Amino acid sequence: MTDYRTAYLEELTRVAPDIDPDGISDDDHIQEDLELDSMDVLNLVVALHERFGIDIPETDYPQIATVSLACAYLTDKIG
Amino acid sequence: MPSLGADMEAGTLVEWLVAPGDMVKRGDIVAVVETQKGAIEIEIFEEGVVHELTAELGAEMPVGAPLAVILAKGEAPPDPEAAAAPEPSPTPEPVSAPPAPVTSAATPPRPQPASGRVPASPAARVRARELGTDLSKITGTGPGGVIVLSDVEAAASAPKTTKPGSPLEEMRKAIAAAMTRSKQTIPHFYMSETIDIQPAIDLLAALNADRPPAERLLLGALFVRAATLAAVKVKVLNGHCIEGVHQLSEIVSPGIAVALRGGGLVAPALIDAVGMSLDETMAGMRDLITRARAGRLRASEMTQGTITISSLGETGAEAMTGVIFPPQVALVGIGAPHVRPWVVDDQVVPRHVVTLTISADHRVSDGRQVARFIAEFETLMKTPETL
Repeated sequence: MTDYRTAYLEELTRVAPDIDPDGISDDDHIQEDLELDSMDVLNLVVALHERFGIDIPETDYPQIATVSLACAYLTDKIG
Repeated sequence: MPSLGADMEAGTLVEWLVAPGDMVKRGDIVAVVETQKGAIEIEIFEEGVVHELTAELGAEMPVGAPLAVILAKGEAPPDPEAAAAPEPSPTPEPVSAPPAPVTSAATPPRPQPASGRVPASPAARVRARELGTDLSKITGTGPGGVIVLSDVEAAASAPKTTKPGSPLEEMRKAIAAAMTRSKQTIPHFYMSETIDIQPAIDLLAALNADRPPAERLLLGALFVRAATLAAVKVKVLNGHCIEGVHQLSEIVSPGIAVALRGGGLVAPALIDAVGMSLDETMAGMRDLITRARAGRLRASEMTQGTITISSLGETGAEAMTGVIFPPQVALVGIGAPHVRPWVVDDQVVPRHVVTLTISADHRVSDGRQVARFIAEFETLMKTPETL
């Protein structure tokens, strides 16, 4: 099984290089806690789309808003 | 050293991208300068041959100091004894800071009066207050040791004896200087309107549903497009006001306010945006925001904005009343969209609305013109397919 947590954090910190991955807890909200703006969120969606080849429609954005939500979402989508 | 904003006093040369003998033309990037707002790429506005690079890497130079000598075609090299010609500043400077002495220590200190008020010219006092400079720490060079304007500016741009603060502290200082200047010199007035943006939200959802993530649009791109087109109609809000002289801009280059994580913000300009499609506007914004975060904006983007657009993004407060970024004359503040009960065709229905607030310079515009801008913006947002 793919380590979605590591993969998500890699893409998140590529989009926002100023964020220390060790300081992110699983329930931090990427916008409210980590201060990503809508452009950063879109860039993260683009990165996850390219890495895993899955479609993430706009209506699903709330489901990748924290590490734990994203892991569940990616597991559900990809397996 | 060009001024990269009304608030800039000095910059540090960190990289030369040309060497003596190189041909340069207008728009070429010739150097990188580290400022309070990050590393900025410096473009040249002349055509010719690089004769000499007079500034050394790592040197902090006041605005106006020469960096290099460029010879026009057929121009003879300058007399080496004569002072090097300063590189022209790319834009008219709102505050023309004369080049500071190379070392302020070269002037022998003059005796200060033992007590009482520090002698200084009125202009020097005003500038010192703007810059937050303590007059008692400055050595005057005017008659009888009176502090004159150039002393204050030299002191402000002289290398600091204390260690410079962190980049964030430096940016905070730059914002403080620009915003203080704005509120002290620009008579702001404000007009607001809450606008139904449901048509834009619906159009965006429909467009994005069929697009891969890399081609999706953000609501912010529609706002920038609407503000750009509204500025074409209401020209008085698009341009600069420098020392009381209003200069309308032929092109619209919206400055996009980008908040940086951890604090601070920059508002680089999307140069000449009128002819761009919605997709091109989105691509331009993505590029600007990426480079703003990486600290790699160009000098023209820092200085050539003609109207600022500050959008609070997709979540958060519903309205903002912004401070104009000098020397511009208007700022478009857009709150986050909220769902509110709204009357449409005599029915109360839930709609996404945003509150638009225009901050305008009363020296150059009045309520009627701002009201027209708001009406144009609203019309465009109601027919988003025309954006």
